[in-house]
This record gives sequence, structure tokens and C-alpha cells, in this order.
Amino acid sequence: MANMSPNKHPMPSQDPAVRNRNFDEVALGYTAEMAMEEAKRCLGCPRPACVPGCPVGIDIPGFVLKVAEGDFAAAYEIISSANALPAISGRVCPQESQCEKTCIRGLKGESVGIGRLERFVADWYQENIHRLPEKPACNGRKVAVVGSGPAGLTCASELAKAGCAVTVFEAFHTPGGVLVYGIPEFRLPKSVVADEVEKLKALGVTIETDSVVGRTVSVDELFSEGYEAVFIGTGAGLPMFMGIPGENLAGVYSANEYLTRINLMKAYLDEYDTPIRRHKTVAVVGGGNVAMDAARCAKRLGADVHVVYRRSEKEMPARAEEIEHAKEEGVEFHLLCNPVQVLGENGQVTGVECIKMELGDPDASGRRRPVPVEGSEFTLTVDALIMALGTSPNPLIRSTTPGLEANRKGCLVVADDEVTTTREGVFAGGDAVTGAATVILAMGAGKKAAAAMLEYLKQKE
Amino acid sequence: MAKIVRRVSLNPILTLLEVEAPRIAKKALPGQFVILRIDERGERIPLTIAEYNTAAGTATVIFQTAGATTARLAELEAGQDILDFVGPLGKPTEIPEGTKKVCVVGGGVGCAIAYPQAKALHAAGIPVDLIVGFRNKDALFFEEEFKAACDNLFITTDDGGYGEHGLVTDVLKREINNGAGYDLVIAIGPVPMMKFTALATKEYGIKTLVSLNPIMVDGTGMCGGCRVTVGGETKFACVDGPDFDGHQVDFEELTNRNAIYREQEKHACNLTGEVR
Repeated sequence: MANMSPNKHPMPSQDPAVRNRNFDEVALGYTAEMAMEEAKRCLGCPRPACVPGCPVGIDIPGFVLKVAEGDFAAAYEIISSANALPAISGRVCPQESQCEKTCIRGLKGESVGIGRLERFVADWYQENIHRLPEKPACNGRKVAVVGSGPAGLTCASELAKAGCAVTVFEAFHTPGGVLVYGIPEFRLPKSVVADEVEKLKALGVTIETDSVVGRTVSVDELFSEGYEAVFIGTGAGLPMFMGIPGENLAGVYSANEYLTRINLMKAYLDEYDTPIRRHKTVAVVGGGNVAMDAARCAKRLGADVHVVYRRSEKEMPARAEEIEHAKEEGVEFHLLCNPVQVLGENGQVTGVECIKMELGDPDASGRRRPVPVEGSEFTLTVDALIMALGTSPNPLIRSTTPGLEANRKGCLVVADDEVTTTREGVFAGGDAVTGAATVILAMGAGKKAAAAMLEYLKQKE
Repeated sequence: MAKIVRRVSLNPILTLLEVEAPRIAKKALPGQFVILRIDERGERIPLTIAEYNTAAGTATVIFQTAGATTARLAELEAGQDILDFVGPLGKPTEIPEGTKKVCVVGGGVGCAIAYPQAKALHAAGIPVDLIVGFRNKDALFFEEEFKAACDNLFITTDDGGYGEHGLVTDVLKREINNGAGYDLVIAIGPVPMMKFTALATKEYGIKTLVSLNPIMVDGTGMCGGCRVTVGGETKFACVDGPDFDGHQVDFEELTNRNAIYREQEKHACNLTGEVR
């Protein structure tokens, strides 16, 4: 008998007043009982509306049914046959705009908590089974994956499962890409990423950290070293700035720098050497998930935090859950306003002058264009400003790889299959192709690229 | 992981480390840099590559003890490992085609980086003078190497204890006035020294390259911490540089940005806060 409660089982979470002082995970995860109860809300639709919403095509009703039955190991097998990184996507996927958006239960009440269930299953498996996958039989093909973010890890996993000898090249000292430098510990514990990387290694994948493809080694050199195909999953790592006066004052950071110091370099811990300044009042400019992450990190470092966003809350690209969490933790929102200049004294930020905005006609993105209201300037007194305005792909590889074309925005040009680049043997996916998007879309692209690469290798024979 | 194969104390505050890094040795060109991290809890710091030996598969860095990380780095011995050693990063120095005579100017530890520039030009048959400035005689290193890397070597010390008494800019101006005929000056050293060298050459309209070493985390264009204003535009030193036109660089801003973590860097144990 299905559980007909109109609401999802609530997610146990740390109290906001406690968690805004620590970096421990906010959402604590379902217990087995909660998961089974929630799973019983699934109606097991014969033609499920949720599955087409999943970029990696997980058999959602299939795994949810197993959870309802209490057979968590079987549930894990179903998920992991489609998704290489369930503990990650279960935490950071925007389910509300994907699988859960089309869930039939969402028509009357809340959808089934698919993301929460995915996370539960992945965590349960890690805790109770923790069996590393076995290395598949070798097919004799050697392939390279550039970048170890969600696209690269997924692609590497698929290729390794097919028997390829896979080497992943990572520029940083730790694999994971945005999962380790960008997304904070309190949303995605780094141990979760490390566990997934361990599974990848067990599949036989070699990870070469400290390798900047385009500098340390070029794509051409990879081919001459015997790699038969190369996947580029280098993401969108270049931070954007506004180009307003005062932006290079001490105390203005890109969200990338601020988050990398905290997440990857652990600058907030005494025993780590990377420095970070603890500001009194911080303004974060932007309305995406990265802005929310930066704001919540600044809060945890003891600052009063103000998010400045030029449109209204409705247009914010951040997940509703992240905005809600930020509010609960005491982050203040200044909507419909935009910085016009950063104010400073002796080279240090002392404030930011903003102008109020109103929404005009919709622009190319379909969202209403913000227009400045003349004479409405006001000043926020802050000693730091974090720019979370978006990122664009790094030009390092495209500028050092002949034949690899990119568009005006720096995104790699791909064929209709979305993953084949203009250079033979080179495939790409994730933010490097789409511009800044989500973890799960990158995972979907990595999976698709792996299939295309296997087909390419087969044709090449 | 990169093994230290040679360690030399050049003077009380300068250390040379030659490190096993075959991929870097194969690709490195003058002007490029590495990012290193000593151990799991270390910070990432950029250091310019002073020398590279393709045959031996090694790259050499020379650094001045200035903070916690360089102090710890200076304590490492040959045979020990540096956990992360990444590169070569940045764009190699671009010598304009048709350059007839170059003056390479180094200040303090910057001489370690100025020297390979002079050496490469000298080897390419381009006439090159080298002006190196030090605080005092004790700070001087590589005198023989410097001599071998140029046509004319000028040494200055701030206290006059060795070489000429005065600043590198004094010698540079004198040589220009004496008709040295430089059409390119490369200045590498502390920010004030590069700033004043660029100011001096601007009067004469001589193209001047400076090598910047601002604060950075990743060194691949990702953090934007290394942004500098050049000719009114924001550039990232790690990917657009580290060499820039010295007449276009906003040195005041660079000095200010380099001091961002001064408070935190005073003591390694100062990195304290309430959140753990």
C-alpha cells in the first residue's frame, strides 16, 4: 500500500544557528526507516515521468521499489549501473528541475524525494557493503581523460568498465574538479568524493594529478604517447568580473578563489598553511549556487553576509533549497540591485555602491531584463566583495590543440551528438562544451562521450 | 611527487633546489613558472623556473625565505620530496623579433630568474648586458655564471661593499646615456625595482618587460587572485603573463594586492579563527 502523504519525509538537518558556525554537512541523510517510508510514496508508474528527466537515465521506479522493500543492495546495483557517482548526484543534483519535476506525485503535493533516496542508497552501500568494483578485463585500448570533475570521472568510469586503460589528467593536486574546489564540505563532504575516486581506481583508472594539459603535456603529445582517444572535461573555470571601478582592491575576490582557498586548501583550519582573511561584512554578488556557496562559507567564517543580485528571487538560478538554507543561516538578500563601483581606502575595500534595478522586458534567457533605476544609488558598508557572476571555459587546451574549435564564448564546438569535437579522436562534455551548468549534466555528457569514444575506437579497428 | 636532487644555500636567505620533474624539464622555456606545495597541509606557491635540464629531467627553483612556506622549503634536503610540483605555467618570455641589444636587470632573488633570460639571449647570439643588484656582498651569488651569460656584467650593492655603490637603475641610465643602444630591457626583481626600472626606460622609450609574481592559488587562470591592471585592462598574471610591458603595469595596485595576506603571513601560527 503506497504512502499517500502529500509531503516528502523531511530531511534531518543540522540546526541553522549551529551549522552556520561549522563546515559539517547540513543535510544529515535519511535513516533506513525514513527511506523505506519515503520510497513507499512512489506509485511505480508503468510509464514513469521521472526517468526522462534524469540526464543519466537511472531506472528510478526500479530502485525506489527496492528501497521500499528494504533491499538497499539491489537498489544500489540499479542506480550504479546507470550512474557512476550516486553519492554525489544524490546530494548536489537539482532534482526539483529534473526527475522530481515530472514526478506524478508532484501534481498533488510534493514529488517523491528521489534525490534523498539516491543519496541514502549510496551512503548505505558505502557504509555497509563498501565493496570496491572489480577491474574489468582489458580490451587493449588506451584513452586519456582530461579533467577529473563530474564529466571526467563519469567518462573515465564508463571507459574503464568497458575495459579501456584510462588515465585521467588533473591540474590540481586532488581529483574531483569543482566537486572539491567549488562545492563546500557542508554540501558535499570531500570524503564522499574521495570514496567515488577510490572506486574509479579500483576499476583500473590511473589518475595523474598536477598535470596541466595544455602546459605540462599537450593533447598532441598524448596522442603521440599512444592514447587513441582523448576526452576533454575541463569545465568552465575562468571567473568573470564586472569591470567596475575598484574591482582590484584588496578584499575583492572571485568566488572561485574564495571557495578554492576554503574547500580545496582548507584555509579555515588552523593546521593548513593557506591564508584566508576573516572579514566582518561581506557582499556576495550573484544569484547562482556558487553565490550561495560563497555566502554560506563567509557566514561560517564569522562575517555578516549580504547577497546582492540584480533580478528578483524568482529569477535566481540557485536551487530553491540553497537559497532557503542561506536565509536560515542568516544571509541577507538585497534583490533588484547591482554594484556600480567598489569603494576603498588605502587599497582596502570599505564598501560597495549599488544601484536599484527594476525588471523590464524579457531578454534572450527568457528572464526579465534588469534595468537600473536612475538616482537610486546606495552604499553597503563591507570590507570584502565576492564576485560570483559565472565562469567561462579555460582557453588553455583549445589554444594549444590545433584543429580544436571553440565558439565565441570559448565553449568547444561539438557535432550533433553533443560530444564529438572538430578534432579527430577528441571528445568533450560538461561545462567545457555548454558553459557553466550543473554537475549532473556534466555527468550525463561524460557518459555520452564514453559511448561515442568506444564506438570511435571500434570503427578505428 | 618530485624528488629534490640538489640543494644549495646561495646565501643566508636564498636557496636553490633542483627537482626531478621530467615533463616540466622537457617543456619549460625562460619566463615560465611552477606552482609547488610541500605537503598535504601546505599552501600552493608560484616560483619562477630558474633553470631546466632536459637531459637530466630536472627543473631548478631559487627562492628567498619570505614566509612560512619558503622557510619550510628552505629546510628540505636533497633526497626529500616535494608533494606537488606543477608546470611549466605561464607564457614563455617573448623576445620581439629583430631585437638587437638587450639589457637584463635583476634585483636580489630576481637575479636568479634574470640570469636564465640573459643566458638564453647570449646563447642565441644577441648582445646582452646584465645588471644585477644586491643589498650587500653577502647577498651576491652566481657571479661566475652571470659573467658567462652576458657581454658586460655590472654588479651593484646598496651599501657599496662590492661592485658599484648604488641602484641598478643608476647603472642602467648611465649605460643608456653612454650610448649602449639597448632596444629591450628585461627587469626582474622586487616590485619597486621593476617599477623604477620601467620609469627610467620610459624616458628613453625603450621597450621593457617585467616578470610579475603576484599571489595566486591554481596558476591556470581559475582563481583570478593574480589579476593585475596592464594598460588599463585587468589581466591574469598566471595565464596572460607573467611577463608584461613594464610601461603599462599598475605597480601601485600590484604592491597593494601583494600585501593582502600580510597579517596572516606574519606567523604561520596566525592562521587562527573560531571555525574549525
